[in-house]
Amino acid sequence: MGLLQPEPGLLIWMTIAFLVVFILLAKFGFPAMLKALDERKEYIDSSLKAAEKAQQKLSGLQSEMDGIRAEAERQKADILRSAAETREKILSEARARAEEQGERIIAAAKATAETEREAILRDARHQVALLSIAISEKLLRSRLDDEQSQTSLAEKLLEELDRKDTAPRKEA
Amino acid sequence: MKMSRCIRILCSIMPVLLCAGIPAAAQTPSCEKEGPDVKEIVMEHLGDSYWWHIGTFGDRDVTVHLPVIVRSKTTGWHCFSSGRLEGGASYEGFIIAREGKHDGKIVETVADGSEVRPLDISITKTTAGLLLNSVLTVILILSAAGWYRHRKATDAAPGGYTGMVETVVAYLVDDIIRPCVGPGWRRFAPFLLTVFFFILVNNLMGLIPFFPGGVNVTGNIAITLVLALAALIVINISGSRHYWKDIFWPDVPTWLKVPIPIIPLIEFVGIFTRPFALMIRLFANMMAGHAVILCLVCVIFVTAGMGAAVNSSMTAVSVVFNIFMNCLELLVAFLQAYVFTMLTAVFIGMSQEGKEYAGTMKSGKTED
Repeated sequence: MGLLQPEPGLLIWMTIAFLVVFILLAKFGFPAMLKALDERKEYIDSSLKAAEKAQQKLSGLQSEMDGIRAEAERQKADILRSAAETREKILSEARARAEEQGERIIAAAKATAETEREAILRDARHQVALLSIAISEKLLRSRLDDEQSQTSLAEKLLEELDRKDTAPRKEA
Repeated sequence: MKMSRCIRILCSIMPVLLCAGIPAAAQTPSCEKEGPDVKEIVMEHLGDSYWWHIGTFGDRDVTVHLPVIVRSKTTGWHCFSSGRLEGGASYEGFIIAREGKHDGKIVETVADGSEVRPLDISITKTTAGLLLNSVLTVILILSAAGWYRHRKATDAAPGGYTGMVETVVAYLVDDIIRPCVGPGWRRFAPFLLTVFFFILVNNLMGLIPFFPGGVNVTGNIAITLVLALAALIVINISGSRHYWKDIFWPDVPTWLKVPIPIIPLIEFVGIFTRPFALMIRLFANMMAGHAVILCLVCVIFVTAGMGAAVNSSMTAVSVVFNIFMNCLELLVAFLQAYVFTMLTAVFIGMSQEGKEYAGTMKSGKTED
């Protein structure tokens, strides 16, 4: 059977052709493809891993952000509350100080008025004294016109003086 | 696990293989029963010739005359166009034999009048087709591989032609080579992929009915013989110690090994029967496919003399069957490349598998 009998010529050619094809493809063809496939697989794997990591990081950041926001809210409330307190305090302090100031001013005014009143009173008393002296002088002048009455008054005054001198000496 | 996967793949394609075989077996005899020249036409196509007949246009035969390269024992090398031998002409003492043992081959008429066969490495039609398809295979794969030269892994995956080749390569690696060969698959991947694409391109080119296709390359036993030989070498050259031990000293009762080494003998023959089966499978499938398609086409011409009704109805049947057969052959073209690659991968896996087991057994012993 001719078909089942391999031709030596064709065997030789086939061996050469297949060897050449194999060497060319095994050197320049398939290793490049397999390498590229491997590299792409690695790249995809690493990308997936990176994406997963990023996802985790993102969720971590989200919770961190939530925490920061809550903290900020709390701080805001604190600040507002303390501000309100400070305002109250400042206001009350100012009020108290104003009251005190007012009182002091009033007191000072009162004191001034008092001293002025007293001065006026003293002045008035002085004037009254002077007036009364003047009046009494005039009265006395009119009474002591005669000698006798002058002498009796002088005697009376001396007596009075005397009494005044002896009394403390007895005591001593 | 690994082997079961391979067996599963094998089982899933078995019915298709059988289907491919049945019509071939059923149709082949029919082309020989009537019509004076059908057998010759088919045999001429399946066999080899020294020229490439492209077609007959009107009265003109268009033929490519291929170079004849022969070495005579007495006169040395000769190289001339096959056109000089056309019509039974003799040139430099060489002639194409018309009958006898060397029918259709170039023979040399020696001094005593007998015909001897010289060493014939002519570029025959099959050789020309083979070389053409080989160049085509190299161009197809290298053009796809060239795409990667200036690209990084971070670039987008290739589309178009490169993407197609890459998909097939990835499919073969992931579905056949890696599971069937095992951990050392990377070393064998280029060989297996080369075998696959080489067979595929030759099969598909054989299905193209006009020049430069249509040459029955993979349906020639010499081609499949070399492929099987390559497989045999690759399978056995890196066989593990465990693999060789299983052949010459398998784990069977001693009386099966000594004094008559029955099982080792069977195992040893097995080394050669497996590639032999590869060779015959590819050869028979492709040859049968070509034969069936040719016979179906011949039906039209055989029935030409049987009246218009018979002829036209048979033509319709023939065309329908031919469309079916061509689709089937398209499938078979891929399938045979696939099967050849897969079985080679399985056999390589068998010769490699021992390496793992040897490693684990050795470590197990040292632990004991």
